[in-house]
Amino acid sequence: MAVPPEISKISDTVWELPVSFRQGMRVPARIYATEKLLKEMDETVFEQAANVAKLPGILKYAYCMPDGHWGYGFPIGGVAAMDAETGVISPGGIGFDINCGMRLVTTNLTYDQIRPHVAELVDRLFQRIPSGVGGKGFVKVSKNEFKRVVEEGAPWCVRNGYGWQEDLERTEEQGCMEGADAAKISEKAVERGYHQLGTLGSGNHYLEIQVAKPENIFNQELAAQFGITQPNQIVVMFHCGSRGFGHQVATDYLQIFLKVMESKYGLNVEDRELACAPFRSSEGQDYFAAMKCAVNMAFANRQVILHRIREVFSEVFGKTPQELGMHQVYDVAHNIAKLEEHVVDGKKRKVLVHRKGSTRAFAPGMKGIPEVYQRTGQPVIIGGSMETGSYLLAGVEGGRETFYSTAHGSGRTMSRHKAKTLFRGKDLLEKMRQRGIYVHAASYSGLAEEAGAAYKNIDDVINATEMAGISQRVVRFIPVGNVKG
Amino acid sequence: MPYQYLDDVATADIAFEAWGKTREDLFVSAADAVMNVMVEDLESIAAAHKRAISLQEETLEMLLFQFLQELVYYKDAEQLLLRVPKVAIRNQGGFLMLTAEARGEFLNPNKHRLNVDVKAVTMHRFKVTEERQGWKATVVLDI
Repeated sequence: MAVPPEISKISDTVWELPVSFRQGMRVPARIYATEKLLKEMDETVFEQAANVAKLPGILKYAYCMPDGHWGYGFPIGGVAAMDAETGVISPGGIGFDINCGMRLVTTNLTYDQIRPHVAELVDRLFQRIPSGVGGKGFVKVSKNEFKRVVEEGAPWCVRNGYGWQEDLERTEEQGCMEGADAAKISEKAVERGYHQLGTLGSGNHYLEIQVAKPENIFNQELAAQFGITQPNQIVVMFHCGSRGFGHQVATDYLQIFLKVMESKYGLNVEDRELACAPFRSSEGQDYFAAMKCAVNMAFANRQVILHRIREVFSEVFGKTPQELGMHQVYDVAHNIAKLEEHVVDGKKRKVLVHRKGSTRAFAPGMKGIPEVYQRTGQPVIIGGSMETGSYLLAGVEGGRETFYSTAHGSGRTMSRHKAKTLFRGKDLLEKMRQRGIYVHAASYSGLAEEAGAAYKNIDDVINATEMAGISQRVVRFIPVGNVKG
Repeated sequence: MPYQYLDDVATADIAFEAWGKTREDLFVSAADAVMNVMVEDLESIAAAHKRAISLQEETLEMLLFQFLQELVYYKDAEQLLLRVPKVAIRNQGGFLMLTAEARGEFLNPNKHRLNVDVKAVTMHRFKVTEERQGWKATVVLDI
């Protein structure tokens, strides 16, 4: 892996590729990483960041976060803010799994209280929340009702008994992105998705029971405001998205954009996965309205899964979820495009921020974060590899540098195929159990692909975001139970 | 196997190359390559149900792209795991027309050893080329 010689060091954690790096770059590309992480990045990350920097309407920089790695079109960890009037929207800047994201829930249980029940909890969660290839969800709706779900998002679920009002207040966009229009989605997308409400999926999707050890609380005050108040407190974190529905929405519009991009709008891109259309064009607006449906499907999916988690804990401990203190901390997307207001070169502007494998990290006092977090900054949930740990961060004012965006996970360093040849799922499962992590996986080979060694060091990634001043550490969580899709 | 998974392409996803003496053979191999990402042993998929696939595209690349999408679609929409024993491609009025009969059975975790789900076929480095020995495709799948 070679870092291009053209890169210049802006600070210990910010590196810049100038517009002269590749012909056609409209803005420089900025990589947020320590020198160690930078050197670990695949060469393709730099090329992909440069390709993003060529997109019309891009403002300031094409960014790549410290967990960045080779994706399709955009690098994973890519952020691009487009001028809302002159810029483009690109499905490849969002990803096929639209609103793939994270949700975090507290309990008032401690590790000692839960230890004898971890295996039972994990096995029951595995049984009750379908995961893996295909998979039918536990919420049955008709195709017509599903269209309402994707227009209404998580509020549909709460109205139908899946969750609490306060969950919505603690979800990005209150669990429903306004302007979702089911008239802009294909029947194929509906057919792929309408029976997947309440499924985890596979790949790197998971549900974990985690513990917050006292030595892993970095900011006591913020932790307490986020609901982490006692030593060795148990939390539940999960990672999933909009399932086949979102994947089909992205696939449909990728093809529409490929057809009109050049012939109608005279746009050329380096990689067909960067297919795009002017944001204000009819195709651009149609995709945005369809994307919002997928965003809402993912919020709804995570909402019903939360409901199931509460049911399972309630059954195992014989107490209500309220008695168990099962409050949602937050739910946040890391594959999404959003119309936001930012100050660019001293002027307030409407910008369309693409975050693909990057999490929004709004600072204290910003519009768009819940009332309860106005003073803390937005909670940022970062899922690590299943063997190492995950983080809860908070947004900070320094985030203005990156349109208030930070990392989303550990970031892979090893291909799935290679991981599968190096690790055996059964051995891994046994080793993890010996180390106190009880795993129940849908697939042994799927498990092997997710081995901790296939990922960057999560601590390095998170430290880099803190050193760069784009988010701050609050709590690090250690897994004790894992449901692997 | 007329396909091979690539180690060093698209870290979090799965890339493969597939081959065939003819365009039709290539399509059959590529379909198996997609299904084999999800199902460990393709022989475990019995040919119990049939689905007709009929597509029309301007280029061979887009035709393969659409064809592979069909398998991903049926896996989600009907929980149907499919293999395609034979494909017919013909040129007609400036278009390429594909007809095929896919065969397979409903997903059953007790019978089929499942790996990871394919979310989508991507256009990243998607390529179909004619070589001296026949046809070759490079495909990256989103996982």
